[in-house]
This record gives sequence, structure tokens and C-alpha cells, in this order.
Amino acid sequence: MDVSQYLDIFIDETKEHIQNLNDHLLILEKEPDNEDTINEIFRAAHSLKGMAGTMGFTRMQRLTHDMENVFSEIRSGNMTVKSNLVDILFRGLDALEGYLSTIQQTSSEGTEDNADIINDLNQVLEEGTGKVTEAPVKKEAPAPAQKESADGKEKFRNIKIQDYERNVMEKAENENQNVFGITVYISENCILKAARAFLVFKALEELGEMVKSVPEIQDIEDEKFEFDFSLILLTKHDLEEVKTAVLNVSEIEDVYLDKLTTEDEKVTEVSQGKTEEVQKSTSIEEKKQEEKQTTSTQTAPAAAAAQAKPATTQTKPGTEKKKAVVNRSVRVDIEKLDVLMNLVSELIIAKNGLISVGSGDAEQRNDNSFNEQIEYLERVTTNLHESVMKVRMMPIESVVSKFPRLIRDLNKKLNKKMELFMTGEETELDRTVIDEIGDPLMHLLRNAADHGLESNEERVRVGKPEVGSIFLDAYQDGNNVVIDVRDDGSGIDVEKVKKKAVEKGTVTEEQAANMTDKDAIDLLFRPSFSTAEKISDVSGRGVGLDVVKSKIEGLGGAVEAKSVWGEGTTFSIRLPLTLAIIQALMVELGNETYAIPLESVQTIEDVPCADVKYVQSSEVINLRGAVIPLVRLDEILDVAPRGEQPESLTVVIVSKGEKQAGLVVDNLIGQNEIVIKSIGKYINNNKMISGAAILGDGEIALIIDANTLV
Amino acid sequence: MAELTKSEVIDERQYIVVKLGEEQFGIDIQYVDNIVRMQRITRVPKAQHFFKGVINLRGEIIPVMSLRLKFGLAEDEYKNSTRIIIIKLEPQASIGIIVDEVREVVNLSSDRIDKVQYDANATNEEKLRYLSGIGKHNDGLISLLNIAAVIIEKEERDRERA
Repeated sequence: MDVSQYLDIFIDETKEHIQNLNDHLLILEKEPDNEDTINEIFRAAHSLKGMAGTMGFTRMQRLTHDMENVFSEIRSGNMTVKSNLVDILFRGLDALEGYLSTIQQTSSEGTEDNADIINDLNQVLEEGTGKVTEAPVKKEAPAPAQKESADGKEKFRNIKIQDYERNVMEKAENENQNVFGITVYISENCILKAARAFLVFKALEELGEMVKSVPEIQDIEDEKFEFDFSLILLTKHDLEEVKTAVLNVSEIEDVYLDKLTTEDEKVTEVSQGKTEEVQKSTSIEEKKQEEKQTTSTQTAPAAAAAQAKPATTQTKPGTEKKKAVVNRSVRVDIEKLDVLMNLVSELIIAKNGLISVGSGDAEQRNDNSFNEQIEYLERVTTNLHESVMKVRMMPIESVVSKFPRLIRDLNKKLNKKMELFMTGEETELDRTVIDEIGDPLMHLLRNAADHGLESNEERVRVGKPEVGSIFLDAYQDGNNVVIDVRDDGSGIDVEKVKKKAVEKGTVTEEQAANMTDKDAIDLLFRPSFSTAEKISDVSGRGVGLDVVKSKIEGLGGAVEAKSVWGEGTTFSIRLPLTLAIIQALMVELGNETYAIPLESVQTIEDVPCADVKYVQSSEVINLRGAVIPLVRLDEILDVAPRGEQPESLTVVIVSKGEKQAGLVVDNLIGQNEIVIKSIGKYINNNKMISGAAILGDGEIALIIDANTLV
Repeated sequence: MAELTKSEVIDERQYIVVKLGEEQFGIDIQYVDNIVRMQRITRVPKAQHFFKGVINLRGEIIPVMSLRLKFGLAEDEYKNSTRIIIIKLEPQASIGIIVDEVREVVNLSSDRIDKVQYDANATNEEKLRYLSGIGKHNDGLISLLNIAAVIIEKEERDRERA
């Protein structure tokens, strides 16, 4: 079967399942007895295995299979969840993710067997279950997943034997006859299946007595069967003779047969342990067959479990959306699409309106009807813009959902006890931002865990709870989304930062002495600045914060640090809701046009040149009591100055947080809705230019990032 | 094995031959997305000196660099023959380079390309690192550009310096 067309779906769903496993493993570690979680894990692992099998990714299947074995033992209560077990399972998950990314890149799973993980899994399995004796094994048997016969080919084991048939079999046994279960596979190319089956029956009847056949003989004669049928035979002949007799019939592909005893039927479950081993040695092909059977028996109870627990399923909508992160595709609510469709039809109506206005007689063509149509068009395009933006939005949950796992791993690695609390996972951001925000957030969390939180002993000493807390809070604030990463650690040692900065030559001693705490904290965002005394592989190489800053700024956002000594540190990331289209103030400098994002513009002032004052030899203006530094844009941007000296300056007051600055421009053009485009990564521009916009006449206006000038 | 040697012999690439002053340069055609006439370039402040600015190519903003300035030649004089070659090394990251003239497209088989000898002490080392080889064609020599080095490498060194 060609399954390549399902590859996308496979990748999507596998990702979902792996994330699901991750989440629930974390819960399981905390609440080892949570049955719902165990069931959920089992179900996810099982689907993964089935999917990998169907797609022919045998290594992946093997690994999930062994993980599933462990889960199944946990579920049946034969093993307890221990930290080292969870570690191994997480390693397994990482390996699965490894497979998945290989598959994504090459559409094959690669050659990594991850034998060590499989070994560890099996070892844990042996250790965990080895202590328990026969009795619990039997208890495990009723688990629905285990009930079916192990080897899929020997279908005769599934034959349900009625009481009277059992009596016959018992009687035959007493008469020293052999009771054989037989499954016959007819070649798939066979045209006259019924005829072949008939010949088999005839041959067998010569050897003994048939007790039962599945399907019924009548059905077989009517060709109401696939390519196999099973039966129970009472005979005095031995196994080999029966086998030869069947294989003598032509077009028989294979025959499986084994001696059945009546006890055997009652305790098929006991053979479970044995068949488990057989299973491992059987060929992959047979395994697959078995997998399919398991799936069918499994789905029913799993579905029931899911129904019984609406709480777990409620999280689903979020997890489904997360696929988009990697696949660059978005699942869109049908309603949103309908709105779009409606708007497009309105757009067409508006166009037709314009045509009719344009084609009307010159006398009839009055400005009014024309303007009316333009207004209509404007309304439609604005709505269209809004709707498209909504389609692009997705909850940040897709990014932050992997963080609990990160913190858990850091817990072990740093040997610090800590917990992560997240709020606002449903906050929505533009998809392009979501794609990029993951790494910076991870940096900040690592930082908080490594540098922010004190060691557990230290915490106890200063009277804080032993377990450190890290908070990740996301919320919307006007046209921005704010994500705070906060820890309740010791806070930033401002003096240490200053000392370090002086040592590194970033600032002079004099500068350091005059620095406010806030300025000192900002030093942390300088490239190659790390105050960690020892370099750990978690963080501390000094590449963290400046990368975070540049990445966030690249997204049009800002990052800020606040710290209270002894109480903790907060890093706030502020991101624009949408990126692509903004309102901007168009200004003229020399003969060049620039755009200033309207959201940072506060007011526009006309300031007489005489009102410009000097503080520390830099220009400032006193605006209604506030002293605001002036920025001569033409000087900063190397614009050829205009000849004449005007009597007054046009000053655009921009703000970032509480800080303000006045940008001096030559001329104001007006307000415009612009589409932000990147100017590419090859060109350097000191970050002052955040992008470019194409104007109505095809000219380009560069967009000034006012944040860098304040 | 026989096949392998055969394919080596056939290994032939197409180069766009451009002129910069008196020298001919070859650009591997697989990186060339488009060739456009000179158009209005919007200056980008504080960019590297060899970047002329950005252009609007059918709604896409593309940075444009001057090969002349990059190679330390005299400033471009825009003539009727001046062209901007749009290079696409990776998706969504096009870049334009200004050349004096586009002459022709030539096929060069690997046996007609000489490797560039690197000599760390040589004064023209800077320029040599932008070349991937010297091609011979109709008695003329074509300096084949290592386009990735021209576009990316220098910039990174600049950043290190800064």
C-alpha cells in the first residue's frame, strides 16, 4: 500500500500524540496512581504504535511497542511509577521525536535503533514485574487489550467453543484421538476459493471428524469468506499427516495447526506470557497483523474511557491547533472562512458598483456616488483585513505546552527543586510570532531556573519555601501581548552586574557608579554578558539574553527586565498582536520618505527653534512640564539636510513605556496603512529600520523603529 | 564506475557572464532568479557601504549591493547597460547585485575551469576568496564568482569586527 500520501497526517498526529504523552507523563510522575492519566498514556502510545506500523516505520514501532509494554504493566498495577522509569520513558519520547524529525526531513525513519533505550525499557519491565509472582499475572489477564490470541495467524485459537462441542472434544480426547485446531490460508490469487475449501474439507473428512468450522461450512460453500478459514478436527492421525493432506490441495498458501486441549481453551490467557516472547521473535510481518487486532480490541474501551472523562478531552481543541506551528498550515474555523467568503462577495459587489459609476454618463457621474463606493470599498477591506488577521491568530499554548517538561528536566539537571506555573495559555498571537517566540522563552526559563532561583539549601536558609517557583504569565494589553517570565529567586545583584561590566570593559567605573539600577539591569542584554560564576550547559555562556533581545526586537517587540533584590526577577516580553499591517505616520526627511508606527506616536508638536534648550549639551524641549530629549532624525539617518533653517521644528513625540523622545522631521505627509515587509537579512541597519513598506506609487518607505531611538 | 567518469566529463555548468570595468565575471545560473534594469533604489541608512539600498521588485523588497564597491573598484556609473542581477540563494532571501553589463550565457565544462590558487600572503587575497575558479572561454578568461561568499561571508566578518 502506498502510504506516502498519509505522511503529513501521520506527522501531525504523531506530534500530537507525543505532546500528549509528554503532558501526561508529567502528570503521572506527580500522581502515580492517576488512572485516567495512565489510560490516556496507554491510548496515545497505542495509537502511535499502530500508526508507525501502518506507515512501515518498524524501528519507531518497535520502540513504541516496548514503551507500551511498560505502560500496560503500569496500568495493570504490576509496576509502580518511579522517577527513573519516567526518565527512561522521556528518553523514549525524545527518541520518538528524533524519528519524527528524520521522517519529516527524509520521509524515512533513519537507521537509529535506540537499542539502549529499548534495553533499559525491557530491563525496567523485568525488574518491575519480576518481583511479582504468578498470581498478579493472572490478575492482569482480564485487561481487554491482552485478551486476544497472540499470534494472529493461528486464528483457530479464537474459535468460540460451545459446551456440546467441548463435550465432543473431551470424549475424543478420552478415546485417544487428537484434537487439532487448523487455520487454512488460500492463495489470494485463487479464483475458486469455495472449490479449494471444499477439497480441503474433503481431505480432512477422510482423516477424521470436523467439529466446527469458522465460517460455517454453508458460508464457505457460498464463498462468504476472505482467504482463510479455521476449523477443529478430531482425528487419529498425527499433526504432520493432517498438514500434508491440506497442503496437497493446490492453491493453498499456508496452513497453521496445533493440538488443542479442552483445558487450553479455558486458560488461553495463561499462555499470554509465553506468547509475549514468541511475539518478539516472530517476524515483523506477523507482528503487524497482531497490531491490527490489538487496535480493534483496544479502541472500544479507550473510547469509553475518553467519554467517561470529558475533562481530559476538553484540552483537545488547543492541542489540535498546535500542529500549525511546524507545518506552516493553519486549521481554520469554518465560521471564519464563511465570514471571509462573505467579505469577498461584498468586495465583488463594491467592484461592480465602481464599474457602474464609471460607465455611467458623464453628467450622471457625480462625485457623491463615486465617494460612496470608495467608502464602501474601504469598509470591506478593513473588515477583510481584520478577518484574515483573525485566521492567522493562534493560542500561545502551542509553544508553552512543552515547557513543563523543560522545567522537569532542568529540575534533575540542576538538582534544584522548582515548579512552573503557567497562566494565559489561550492568549492569541499572530502565527509568525508564535513560530519565533519559542526559543527566546526557553532561554528566559532556563535563565530563571539556572541563575534566577537560589539553591534549595539557600532558599531554606533565607526562609523561602524550598521549592522554587517560576511563573509564565501571558495576557493581552491593548494592542500588545505581554508574556512575563517571573521567578521568586534572589533577584539580580546590581552591584555584581556593574562590577562585571567594568571588568569586561563594557562601561567605565565612572559610568557604572552613575548608573541607575535599571540601566545596570539593561547591561544584561548586551552581547556576551553573563554573570554566572561557573558555566553550566544549561545557561551561562553569555549568549542568552542578547539573543533573546534581538529575536524579540526582530518581531517588533521589546523585552524588559525588572528585579527586586531578594524577591525575584521578571522578564517581560511585549509583542505586537499582529505584524503584517500597521497604521503609520508618514514623514519626510530631506527628499526621503519614512514611516513611524502610529502606536508609538503620542503627539505631534510644532516647537519654535528658540524653545530648544540644552541639557548636558544635548538638545531637549520642555513640553508641558516634561523634559523630552530631541532626536535629529536627519543626522541619525545621514539624510542630506535641507538648505533653509526653519523657524520652528516639527517634532513627533514617541514613547516607549514611560520614556519619551521627540523626533525632529522636515515635513509631515499623513497617516497611512502600511504593509510591513522585511528588508532581508543581508543588509545591516543598526536596528533603527524595522522594515520597509511599499507606497501607493510603488516607492519604498523605510519604517523607523521608534523604540530604538527613545 | 564507467558511468561515474562519464558524468564527470559531462559535468557542465551554465554561467551568466557580466562585466565589471574591464573584467569578466561568471555567475552560476542556478542562483540567478532574474535580471532587471536599473531602477530607483531607496537608500538604507547605516547599512554596509557596499549596499546601495532596497528596490521594490513586484511587491518584494530586495536589498541591492554594488559589486564594484564590494570589490573595491570605483563607484558605479549608471548607464543604459547597467543591470541588477537578482540572486536567490535560499527561499525568501533574494539579493540584487549591480553590474555594468550582462554579456552572455556560456556553458563551461569542469575541465575548462581552473582552481584558484590561494596564497595567504598575496595582496589580492581578499578578492580571491570571492572566486570559485577561473573559466576559459573563447580565448577570454572569466572569473567565476563564489556567490555565497560574496553575499554572506563578508557581512559576518563585518559583524565580528563591530
